[in-house]
Amino acid sequence: MSNTYTDQVLEHFKNPRNLGKMQDPDGVGKIGSPECGDVVWVYIKVVDNVIVDCKFQTLGCAAAIASSSMLTEIVKGKTIEEALAVTNNDVVKELGGLPNKKMHCSLLAEDGIKEAIKDYRIRHNKNM
Amino acid sequence: MIYLDYNATTPLDGRVLDKMMPYLRDYYGNPSAIYKIAKKPKEAIAWACDNIAELISSSPAELIFTSGGTESNNTALFGVAFSHKDKGKHIIISKIEHSAILEPAKFLEELGFKVTYIDVDNYGVIELNRLRDSICEDTVLVSVMYANNEVGTVQPIKEISDICRQHGVYFHVDAVAAVGKLDINVKELGIDLLSISAHKFYGPKGVGVLYVGEAVALSSFIRGGHQQDGRRAGTENVAGIVGLGQAAKIALEESARDSKRIVGLRDKLEEGIKKKISDVKVNGHPLKRLYNTCNIYINHVESESVLMNLDLEEICASAGSACATGNTNPSHVLLAMGISSVAARGSIRFSLGKFTKDQDIDRVLDVLPGIVKKLRQMSPL
Ligand SMILES: Cc1ncc(COP(=O)(O)O)c(C=O)c1O
Ligand code: FES
Repeated sequence: MSNTYTDQVLEHFKNPRNLGKMQDPDGVGKIGSPECGDVVWVYIKVVDNVIVDCKFQTLGCAAAIASSSMLTEIVKGKTIEEALAVTNNDVVKELGGLPNKKMHCSLLAEDGIKEAIKDYRIRHNKNM
Repeated sequence: MIYLDYNATTPLDGRVLDKMMPYLRDYYGNPSAIYKIAKKPKEAIAWACDNIAELISSSPAELIFTSGGTESNNTALFGVAFSHKDKGKHIIISKIEHSAILEPAKFLEELGFKVTYIDVDNYGVIELNRLRDSICEDTVLVSVMYANNEVGTVQPIKEISDICRQHGVYFHVDAVAAVGKLDINVKELGIDLLSISAHKFYGPKGVGVLYVGEAVALSSFIRGGHQQDGRRAGTENVAGIVGLGQAAKIALEESARDSKRIVGLRDKLEEGIKKKISDVKVNGHPLKRLYNTCNIYINHVESESVLMNLDLEEICASAGSACATGNTNPSHVLLAMGISSVAARGSIRFSLGKFTKDQDIDRVLDVLPGIVKKLRQMSPL
């Protein structure tokens, strides 16, 4: 609960960045956690191979919300290739750490952006 | 701060603390010693014992002081299993027991005992037919909780004890969530062993009781000195025991009165949530339920997010058992009741107590709908 999370997690939980549905996204990644059933959707807008906007929606725990919020901040402005290299550990590091049992929540964020990029490539006939 | 997690633990009653203080500060003598300063602590233990005996209608000699509900449960399961292993090595428990029963039972399985886990219905009431059918030659013990700490469902204790009697099987009851709230008479109910924990009814943490009916042979669990007639070794937690005794006295005198007010507040909370928030459902038995407990499923939210938002508003609630906090697995109690894992993850528990005020409930009803709305807006579903 509150007392097991870092200040960064609590801050992103209280004030999630880039929250909400995106109109006309170029790609959407829809992920459900096999571990707990929580759900994260990541939306991206891409211009000239750069993620110019990224938004998310989450039905999940505080760590899932904070991880997806942090992820959107990390990948915004990155090229597709750079964004694909982002891992859940990068997210966790920026959040100042997560409790062990909550590591899988950050995976939702990583998988979310990967799926969104996959969706973008399919929609726009880009090669993998 | 608004505290609505009384099933996790309760604040200490001021009168309990007052009663304990001299035993922490002045009367330090070891109650087993023969000199004069041991007299006060020794008498205090006897006084506490009398109060608890009165609370559950046992004889004082049938009570063993322990370090709490967990030790009482462990003592009951291991004590009966080990004493009667020549008669049989089968025990029966319900699927919705607290981890302080489930884990010792699991350990007994590792030691070669057989454990049957009885199903409950959608309200969390044990299936009596399954229980009856599960008893065999080898069965030595049935253990079922009086009331469930997560959803509050109260079990048909008398019916279960009748079944145990017919088959000559011992009956243990984890009454940790019920003692101090419900009227319990171990003799009328035909209970052989019963676990009590002080911190669930305004007493201190780390002290409890195991009632062991005089006819029950029980091997000691904690071994060492001759305290408590060798049934539970270790110098007594005198101040804790005195606190438990005072808590029992207060419960005897006041809990019936308090319960009337608390059930009103609980129902107001429940009705208010149902009125103000769409798509909610109360978990547990509608009537046979602890009067202070409200466990409610709120569709399209995740419990931890709700609880942390409540915490930001200085409101303490929980998602079932305190021991399960930080666990990603949905509650075993809700799952056993046939509730889906998604619904279980969207369920939260408010448990009220005697210090809960009318304004506390108003405040929850003020902020909870907004929290749920915010979280539902965040959800993609
Ligand atoms: C039903 C039940 N049994 C056992 C326990 C364990 O009691 P204690 O915390 O005193 O060890 C609890 C509470 O934690 C409980 O709710
Ligand atoms: S996403 Fe599963 S517990 Fe956080």
